[in-house]
Amino acid sequence: MLLIECPYCGVKAEETELAAGGEAHLTRHGPDSAEEAFAAYLFDRLNPKGVHFERWRHVNGCGKWFHCARDTATLEVFGTYSAQTSAPPQTILDAIRARRPDWKPANAPAE
Amino acid sequence: MSTRLASGGRLIDRTNPIHFTFNGKQLKGYAGDTLASALLGADQMLVGRSFKYHRPRGIVAAGPEEPNALVNLGDGAFFEPNQRTTVTPLRTGMEAASQNHWPSLDYDVGALNQLIGRALPAGFYYKTFIHPRPFWKHVFEPFIRQSAGLGKAPKDRDGDVYEHLYAFCDVLVVGGGVAGLQAALAAGASGLRVLVLEQWGHWGGRAPVDGAVIGGQSAEDWVKDALDRLDRMENVVLRAQCQASGVYDHGYVLATETVSGHTPGGATPRARLWRIRTKQIIAATGAIERPLSFYGNDVPGVILAGAVRDFVVNWGISPGDRTVVVTNNDDAYRTAICLREAGLAVPAVVDARPEATGALPEKARALGIRVLTGSAIAKVKGKKRVEGVALCLQLGEGAVTEEIACEAVAMSGGWSPVVHLWSHCGGKLVWDDALAMFRPDASRPPLGADGGAMVRTAGTANGVMDTPAVLADAAAAAADAVTAAGGQPADVTAAKAEDEPEAPILPVWIMPQGAGVAMRTKMWLDFQNDVKVSDVQLAAREGYESVEHTKRYTTLGMATDQGKLSNINGLAVLSQSLDKPIPQVGTTTFRPPYTPVPMGAIGGEARGDLFQPLRRTAIHDWHERNGATWEPVGHWRRPYCYLRSGESVHQAVEREVKNTRENVGMLDASTLGKVLVKGPDAGKFLDLIYTNMMSSLKPGRCRYGLICSENGFLMDDGVVARIDDETFLCHTTTGGAERIHAHMEEWLQTEWWDLKVYALNLTEQFAQIAVVGPKARKVLESLGGMDLSREALPFMAWSEGELGGFPVRVYRISFSGELSFELAVPANRGRELWDRLIKAGAEHGVMPYGTEAMHVLRAEKGYIMIGEESDGTIIPQDLGLDWAISKKKADYIGKRAQMRSHMTDPSRWKLVGLETVDGSVLPDGAYAVGQGRNENGQQNAIGRVTSTYHSPTLGRGIAMGLILNGPDRMGEVLEFTKIGGGVVTAKIVGQVFYDPEGEKLDA
Repeated sequence: MLLIECPYCGVKAEETELAAGGEAHLTRHGPDSAEEAFAAYLFDRLNPKGVHFERWRHVNGCGKWFHCARDTATLEVFGTYSAQTSAPPQTILDAIRARRPDWKPANAPAE
Repeated sequence: MSTRLASGGRLIDRTNPIHFTFNGKQLKGYAGDTLASALLGADQMLVGRSFKYHRPRGIVAAGPEEPNALVNLGDGAFFEPNQRTTVTPLRTGMEAASQNHWPSLDYDVGALNQLIGRALPAGFYYKTFIHPRPFWKHVFEPFIRQSAGLGKAPKDRDGDVYEHLYAFCDVLVVGGGVAGLQAALAAGASGLRVLVLEQWGHWGGRAPVDGAVIGGQSAEDWVKDALDRLDRMENVVLRAQCQASGVYDHGYVLATETVSGHTPGGATPRARLWRIRTKQIIAATGAIERPLSFYGNDVPGVILAGAVRDFVVNWGISPGDRTVVVTNNDDAYRTAICLREAGLAVPAVVDARPEATGALPEKARALGIRVLTGSAIAKVKGKKRVEGVALCLQLGEGAVTEEIACEAVAMSGGWSPVVHLWSHCGGKLVWDDALAMFRPDASRPPLGADGGAMVRTAGTANGVMDTPAVLADAAAAAADAVTAAGGQPADVTAAKAEDEPEAPILPVWIMPQGAGVAMRTKMWLDFQNDVKVSDVQLAAREGYESVEHTKRYTTLGMATDQGKLSNINGLAVLSQSLDKPIPQVGTTTFRPPYTPVPMGAIGGEARGDLFQPLRRTAIHDWHERNGATWEPVGHWRRPYCYLRSGESVHQAVEREVKNTRENVGMLDASTLGKVLVKGPDAGKFLDLIYTNMMSSLKPGRCRYGLICSENGFLMDDGVVARIDDETFLCHTTTGGAERIHAHMEEWLQTEWWDLKVYALNLTEQFAQIAVVGPKARKVLESLGGMDLSREALPFMAWSEGELGGFPVRVYRISFSGELSFELAVPANRGRELWDRLIKAGAEHGVMPYGTEAMHVLRAEKGYIMIGEESDGTIIPQDLGLDWAISKKKADYIGKRAQMRSHMTDPSRWKLVGLETVDGSVLPDGAYAVGQGRNENGQQNAIGRVTSTYHSPTLGRGIAMGLILNGPDRMGEVLEFTKIGGGVVTAKIVGQVFYDPEGEKLDA
């Protein structure tokens, strides 16, 4: 059962306090988007083995959504950060590279 | 005969005899006995039957790994099957019964299976019961069912109580043997919080039994001393009778503490489930001895050598006057020496190794014990108990060289570290050729949240077998764990133990090595599931190369002991058959729990009234006292209808509907969700949340709205009231309040965080009462207060004011088609207002109505219901709700999805009304029958019924349904399926059956 720190209230929360929200940093596609691009936004996910950026909500706590950088294979948590950003902050990228020097941000958002 | 020795038994209190029964037979043991030791003390060698062949089974181990000696315990509410006698403390009056036999343990009909054993090899079921197809249901399955299952399922509710407790520590030490205690001493000295768990009620593990000497004193004394020192450390907690069953991610550990055990009716819980969070785990869980595979190794009286020692030293048991020891290692000589020192005969130690010259064999020889090297067991003689052994050469094919009469055989195939806790979260193993065991690979540990090692093993669990090294290993593991947990390791030197060097083990997987087929079909690997050497070899020949596949094909290791005795032997046999080295074959996956956890302990307190919280409205008690039958809606209970004496549920619903249409009804609508949305951008935000325009709503007015997911599917509906420029109150369905509030929060926090809006779930803050029917206004006006006239408060308006002294918001909204007022008051005044309305309404014939009448009323009016007309695949357009979808708005959640090709497909089923030709009620969920059949040969369907009721107002069945091109087929008569066959015909009509012009609700 994972332990993830909520960046808003600072609580190291049990997984049962949290709700998982899937991949982070998706770009919303609205009414003007093309069929393929919209389908990809709805359904295509990276599902990587390794470093991943995810959305979580501290649902049985402060109620805030936040982002978490995590290794899906080893379950190592590199850090958590605000949900109100469209890309992981530099501190998180540094924390990941410190532990995974070879990591390439394949799932970083295409800005 | 097994019996109680005249003296000895470090754990039993001979002054405190305990009486118990086994299969109704009165037997005696002593306080401190396990059920297993008490049974052996009473010469109960035969304790059960194996699963497949119903072969006689005796006690083979002395700990949690026991596969054979499982019993039904207790009766009635305290009955429990499959209890391992080897870990069940004996208690006064205990009633144990053996399992898996009929009609009796001694004479079992199922044992005939072994006579045709050759016709029941591995994979027999898979191969045999496939053809002919229809036989499965009528012949094979009933037969297999009758013989399936181990033990009896309890029939009564569990009479015991259980509880969950939480513990937090820095270092968790699992195992209270000398390694665990040494690790705890070292970790405790650092000042960190240390929790030590021990599965037994006593401490020290095997060392006191094996006669280790530590720090110049006996292991027994050293353990006592260590416990004293740990007791004095305030940061250390010791917990005995507590089995750690699983390690989970990021330092989460579950453990089961036996509290009262099987003492019926006690006030204390039977067991506690400990939910532990720790930074570091030290698994000092010891090792489990492996059986040897020889002909007849399953006969009762063939016992693991270490277990024999346990029974002699701990409980003063003689397994028989004469015990032959068979081994491939030095450790088993300790058993021979121990038996001899207890005054029992050891006719021979049969050692498979070519020579045995270590200190222990020499000590055995010095005691006059005959040591036969290069030897093996050709056969164990006896059926329900050992009568003797025939010997042969290990290198040969089984030609008998000698026969020895004996009552017991002590076997040792070497030891396997208990690596379960290490492996649960992904710790890897390495095969150690010299020790012939899988041990933890320290370079590939299970990882914690910080990416560092989370579990360490210490002592024999780490593959370290001699006592001095065990203690040093434990101290080192503790220092590492303390550092990793953020502490400062104290300068603790491990206790020094006397070395008792052992010569190397010889891996022996089959005995003798050249055994033919006839012998191999009598060499048991898995005693409970009857998997033999020959079965694994057959699986290998049939192409099962993966150990995981072989396990499922043969059921090796799938018994209740989960392969604790059988797995390593099985995969070694597989590796030999495949001509692959053991590490290449690998092990099966170790999954929690290590030992069974009672279901009651997992449930804990969450049963009966405490199973889940119940939400009650402010008016709940009134409903309860006035005949309400309950309908669970989420965690709420809502009145389904209010039964009057002599009335059926159907009659009550009819009465409530008619009275609401003709006079006035009252509905407790408090459970409906109420989400307040407030802020300068509230209108803009709700335009994105709802499909229709909310920003144009005027304060004082209400509007019905739909909420869709980004996939376009209808999620929820409800009426939005604009309170003021910046404030909206969004009503949701009863079940939707939390979901819709969360939906709004998600979009506000993760997508449109620039919008200045707050959303707040106010559902429980208000009691809401719907007063419904042609006389509703009269009832309300009799209370006195605010103006409720049609002019002051028209349909779809709301107003705040005072009514009969209550501060109320009154919403002119209707879910029934009648003149309707919904009154919201602060929740703490809800009951008072309800009582006042009931009283004031008496002269107008007011009656409360429940959810079923509400459903009928809305269906008569053609209103949709979330969860009836919608099911997660329905878009508003399917329901003819296009009028509630804004064409003007550039965007709303679901807009793009509703433009996708499948969503705009003209052949989507659409909502219509349905009227049966004969006036009957259509079956709920019935399908409209189409032409032809689909590719699976099933009748094509062209629609289905979504809501169906008997309408008291119209005196006939009415329904709504989704029908292919439905709105274009008005008047057409379709056939609908009926449960049990046949069809019922219904006409497609408009969905509004009652007051289509809407004159009533606008009154």
